Amino acid sequence: MSVLVDKRSRIIVQGFTGKEGTFHAEQMIAYGTNIVGGVTPGKGGQTHLEKPVFNTVEDAVKQAGADTSIIFVPPAFAADAIIEAAASGIKVIVAITEGIPVQDMIRAKAYVDNKDVRLIGPNCPGVITPDEAKVGIMPGFVFKRGPIGLVSKSGTLTYEAADQVAKSGLGITTAIGIGGDPVIGTTTLEAIELFMNDPETEGIVMIGEIGGTLEADAARWIKANGNKKPVVGFIAGQTAPKGRKMGHAGAIVGGADDTAAAKMRILSENGITVVESPAQIGATVKRVMGK
Amino acid sequence: MNLHEYQGKELLKSFGVKIQEGIVVFNAAEAVEAAKKLKELYNSDWCVVKAQVHAGGRGKGGGVKLAKSPEQAGEFAKNMIGMHLVTPQTSAEGKLVRKVLVAQDVFYPGPGEHREFYISILTDRGRGGNVIIYSPDGGMDIEKVAEETPERVFTEFIDPLLGLRPFQAQKVAFNLGLSGQAFKEMVDFVQKLYAAFLGSDASLFEINPCLKTSDDRIIAVDSKVTLDDNALFRHKDLEALRDKEEEDPADVEAQEYDLNYVKLDGNVGCMVNGAGLAMATMDLIKLSGGEPANFLDVGGTADAERVENAMRFILKDPNVKAILINIFGGIVRCDRVAQGVVDAYKKIGNIPVPVIVRLQGTNADIAKKIIDESGLQVMGAVEFQEAADLVASVLKQ
Repeated sequence: MSVLVDKRSRIIVQGFTGKEGTFHAEQMIAYGTNIVGGVTPGKGGQTHLEKPVFNTVEDAVKQAGADTSIIFVPPAFAADAIIEAAASGIKVIVAITEGIPVQDMIRAKAYVDNKDVRLIGPNCPGVITPDEAKVGIMPGFVFKRGPIGLVSKSGTLTYEAADQVAKSGLGITTAIGIGGDPVIGTTTLEAIELFMNDPETEGIVMIGEIGGTLEADAARWIKANGNKKPVVGFIAGQTAPKGRKMGHAGAIVGGADDTAAAKMRILSENGITVVESPAQIGATVKRVMGK
Repeated sequence: MNLHEYQGKELLKSFGVKIQEGIVVFNAAEAVEAAKKLKELYNSDWCVVKAQVHAGGRGKGGGVKLAKSPEQAGEFAKNMIGMHLVTPQTSAEGKLVRKVLVAQDVFYPGPGEHREFYISILTDRGRGGNVIIYSPDGGMDIEKVAEETPERVFTEFIDPLLGLRPFQAQKVAFNLGLSGQAFKEMVDFVQKLYAAFLGSDASLFEINPCLKTSDDRIIAVDSKVTLDDNALFRHKDLEALRDKEEEDPADVEAQEYDLNYVKLDGNVGCMVNGAGLAMATMDLIKLSGGEPANFLDVGGTADAERVENAMRFILKDPNVKAILINIFGGIVRCDRVAQGVVDAYKKIGNIPVPVIVRLQGTNADIAKKIIDESGLQVMGAVEFQEAADLVASVLKQ
């Protein structure tokens, strides 16, 4: 088992024929991901990368049986692409696009929340279940299969963590990059809930950063639900100054609760093993898992 | 992107929100003229001179003055323009005042009392929607009000799909203790304010104070407006209001090179791909005994030109004693990045500080070899911990 995506997922690419969509669709197909087609309005009926192109997501669902979508649509149109996917019967939406206006995302999230759909992102590296499906832009070879669920706000830091986990002799069930924007679909808490309910996942690595309350909310939930699986946590931004946006739109220390130190304390208090050094994530997982 | 008070008020006015009127001026003579014009329009000798800088707490630093004649308005403007205004929100050296707003006196006597309220609109990340935060105790520091009398700060969540409902605007007016004409004015004010917030793709509106005048009008006396940078593509008119003189010159230059850079006070410069890994690298520098000199995300494509630009940028900072380049190659091949670093290094020529390059991902071993055999003052690393140890050893020398 794994969560969100596996070898049975029937995946389409929204923004299929664009530069980013094409490049990453090629990479995903090369990884062995079950891409069943793509959507580019006005190019329906064509073939791209030997896969069918559809005008609408509805066509892709009806004709190719799509149930999962990855979105590379430009920021101005990306929220609409998310809503289209949700309206057309897609069950898992992975939005890669960076720079979507916040008010657009507020409406898209509210719409998606009322449907039986899971949205990952936006502004995220995607989701990968090693050896089965890569629905994202991450380098697939870094992710080795194993018993650890990985959830992270960041892109390259996710790869770093997965690499360290692999080198410690363990591996990943599924890695979920939830994204660093202020308004996102799936939260840290929801990702952790998925892993807690996944029989294959034996331990969890949670990579957070300054800004917002996602990590603290997740930590409290973990304790309230009986700390069923060991969780290792890292919070990036211990040295970030107050009031400055650190790259990610959401990474800004506002109040005292937004600081890395405050978050790490909350994680610790709720039974999570906190790693201070980002170079020790793998070693800590290994120790906590007793392997 | 932040707006000045006068720009924010113009934005509000364009959506029908009532504001304290004013005229922005750049010297004393213009201030006198502006005050005379306001006198004609509003039949009062009094006006307020307000420094226009991107910082709150201006009143505390002497940036807001009540003038009792046009001549006095000129005097205040003369004193303010060119001064470095220090407020609780600025650095110790303060912000240079380049222009002032000469605004109408709104605290005129009338049949009723004035009252000052606090109203802001912002995005609640946790709930994924906008909220109106308001208090009957306006005109002062809202954080203090929230701390001392939390029951006097109200929050109204706006359903993203329904928008602001009329009952919600009425609730705001009731909770602020209004009745009669002032109540109606406040309901109208709140609805138009929210329309302006959505219509401009703002991420923050803060109106403090929002004033009930002695004749029961509701007006915005100050405005703090922050716009969503990601939405500026559909607001070219608002984007044109950007005042680069108010921004840190280093930030403006970084934007020109398309680098995501924040200057810090430490001694180890760093260059990383990805914001999360960049913050983690800064943390690692600290754990290795150094202090990060900057945050710098070079983005996904760390090619030779970007590496060179970033390196030149870091080297401008005289405090930098070492540079750590941390690139998780991913889909990009590390040997190519390594060659880019070597080429950039040779092009810049004399780099006076040691450079540590940690490349991880495809062909990381070949990349390390290219770095180590380049004959330059560059050290290669593959694992994150290795890089940390190299930083520690370099700082000890």
